[in-house]
Amino acid sequence: MEAGNATSAAVLQARELVKRFGGREALRGIDFEAAAGELVAVIGPNGAGKTTLLSILAGISRPDGGEVHVPQGEVGWVPQQAALYRRLTVEENLMLFARLEKHEDPRASTEQMLELTGLTERRGEIVARLSGGNQQRINIAIGLLARPSVLLLDEPSVGLDPRQRARLWEFVSALASEGGTTVIFSTHDIQEAERYGGRLLVLADGEALFDGSADGLREAVRREAPEAADQDFETAFVAFLHHRGH
Amino acid sequence: MRWLLLKDLQILRRSPLQAFLLVAWPVLIAVLVGLAISGSPSKPRIAFLNEVPTDARVSVGTSQLPNIGVSDRVCERVECVHVKNRAEAVEEVRSGDVLAALILPAGLVDQINSLSTPSPATPKVEVIVNEEDPVKARLVNDRINSLLTQANLVIARRIATEGGKFLNLVLDGGRFTVIGQTIQILGLRNSARILKALRPALPPGPLRNSIDQVIQFTTLARSNLGTAGPLLTRLTQPIAVDKQVVNASTPPLEVFAIAVAATFTLAFVTVLLVAGSLALEREENAFPRLTRGLVSRSALLTEKVALGVVVGVVVTLLMLAGLALFVPLHWSRVGLWVVAIVAGAAALGAAGAALGAAAREVRAVSLLAFMVTLPVAFLSLIPSGTVGPGLYDAVKLLTALFPFKPALQAMTGALDPGGPSIAAALGHLAILTAVYGSLARFALRRFASV
Ligand SMILES: Nc1ncnc2c1ncn2[C@@H]1O[C@H](COP(=O)(O)OP(=O)(O)OP(=O)(O)O)[C@@H](O)[C@H]1O
Ligand SMILES: [Mg+2]
Repeated sequence: MEAGNATSAAVLQARELVKRFGGREALRGIDFEAAAGELVAVIGPNGAGKTTLLSILAGISRPDGGEVHVPQGEVGWVPQQAALYRRLTVEENLMLFARLEKHEDPRASTEQMLELTGLTERRGEIVARLSGGNQQRINIAIGLLARPSVLLLDEPSVGLDPRQRARLWEFVSALASEGGTTVIFSTHDIQEAERYGGRLLVLADGEALFDGSADGLREAVRREAPEAADQDFETAFVAFLHHRGH
Repeated sequence: MRWLLLKDLQILRRSPLQAFLLVAWPVLIAVLVGLAISGSPSKPRIAFLNEVPTDARVSVGTSQLPNIGVSDRVCERVECVHVKNRAEAVEEVRSGDVLAALILPAGLVDQINSLSTPSPATPKVEVIVNEEDPVKARLVNDRINSLLTQANLVIARRIATEGGKFLNLVLDGGRFTVIGQTIQILGLRNSARILKALRPALPPGPLRNSIDQVIQFTTLARSNLGTAGPLLTRLTQPIAVDKQVVNASTPPLEVFAIAVAATFTLAFVTVLLVAGSLALEREENAFPRLTRGLVSRSALLTEKVALGVVVGVVVTLLMLAGLALFVPLHWSRVGLWVVAIVAGAAALGAAGAALGAAAREVRAVSLLAFMVTLPVAFLSLIPSGTVGPGLYDAVKLLTALFPFKPALQAMTGALDPGGPSIAAALGHLAILTAVYGSLARFALRRFASV
């Protein structure tokens, strides 16, 4: 396993993380660090443990082993399943969380998020009546309202149209590069991971198979699955996982 | 926390069915209870048909009793619906307009009069009832029985009084009018006096002995018959009831009914709302988001209980205001009502929170809340002495564990000026609030972690 490029300025650290659900081990000793302003993509097959890792980092579930150090109260969390009040309007949802986050001007923050999600026109609509993708936009916006120093996004681009994806990544990249926010996101889209993740963490069956740059991952894939080297990256990556027994 | 509360109220407003049920249900209960209480006359409605000729009189011996006014006496105790014939009486009963029909047949007085003849008939009245359900049947039987007992008593008293007059006539003598003629009756006392006066005039011998025997008989008869008079009166009511009320704090029935209706509403509104709203946080996946630094679990629980208290107080007060249209309530005690409702709602809300924390979906939680609240509420209404002592103790223990009964006690005490002190009930509710609050916290930690 390649060494992560986290520097001594790690804002987030996890050591030997273990999480068990009954007899199943969802995480088997994961080590992980991230520095300020880093964008880390977590990829891996279904059930690999991506959500489990992110929710432990978010402080939502407790690990059965190992330790986590995260900045207290400064971790933003966008869950895989939309967490919002479907019987409230778009605006009411954003206002509620802006108030709970104790923003000085919740109305201004709400406006900002409405603009970011492109839902200004539909602010008065009940969330339950929005399309899945639009609900996901609000889900993300609520997570962004936390203005965290560490932002955790669990498959944020699922259900978003290409234009909205572009807007999301534009906003998130700016958070990282300009605000110094550490962003950790999971995705099943290898291209997205490669494009926006400054660093890639590959999980499978609760183990970290790789942690490093996109180029480093391509290199490892070429080395370990040479027969798929001339195919597209996604196919080669699947072959790589296969070689590792997943 | 106030923003969360606001949010929950918004959600409630957005769920028209839920909000409607929450308001309509108590209003419906209020109106029904109100109508049942104010509309049910304390006197039952009875169809009454009196076929007895108005000049018929009950006679004792050769004298007739004055008209005892059967109609007036019956209609004093029940609300009489006068009907013209038997068919009409049957129809009134069948339609449910009246509880029963009472028919005094034409020959009733003759039958009563025959009691003192060598061939007595049994006087009969006819009662028509609609025994559509067993409870009603029993109620009707009890009413009719007590009515007949009272009628029998009236007649018996009359007979006793008249009989007593005859007895006095026999004992003391006097004037007696029969068929327009007045006769002078000598009486035992005067007979004895005359005989005693005659006695010295008779020579000792068999004649004097005979007169001595007669004098002895009159004396004996007088003293024995003298005791018969009071005995006759006693017969009409051999046992006098001396009722002593041990537990004098019983509220009037209608106040108790109102307390029951209000507590039922409060219990369902609060338990369902708190449990459902807590489960909704998890159904919407908002729970982890909220409890990750935005609000503590305790604050979230407090908010839910506060939601239950706010809505519970509003709905219950609305309901009481509705009931006040039918039954005069002591509005001066409204402060106490609020105290009782708040304490009850807090305990019921905490119980709802414990239920809501244990389940993940609103539907499951609503079902659970109904399944727990309904039986406990009914158990809480079982009066002592109606079931076996062991069972009653078990019921008492079970109902003491759930806030319904203490909430009902607090409510009754608050509504009824002469009612029990509500301090004990409030203490009980405070303990239950703390216990269920901790249970809910524990359940949240146990079940709601991801
Ligand atoms: N609450 C839970 N109870 C039991 N098992 C769980 C629970 N949550 C996750 N698991 C198990 O832990 C393992 C890792 O799940 P996790 O959700 O982290 O995977 P993932 O990488 O996010 O998958 P996906 O790509 O499908 O989102 C899976 O085998 C899953 O079945
Ligand atoms: Mg996942």
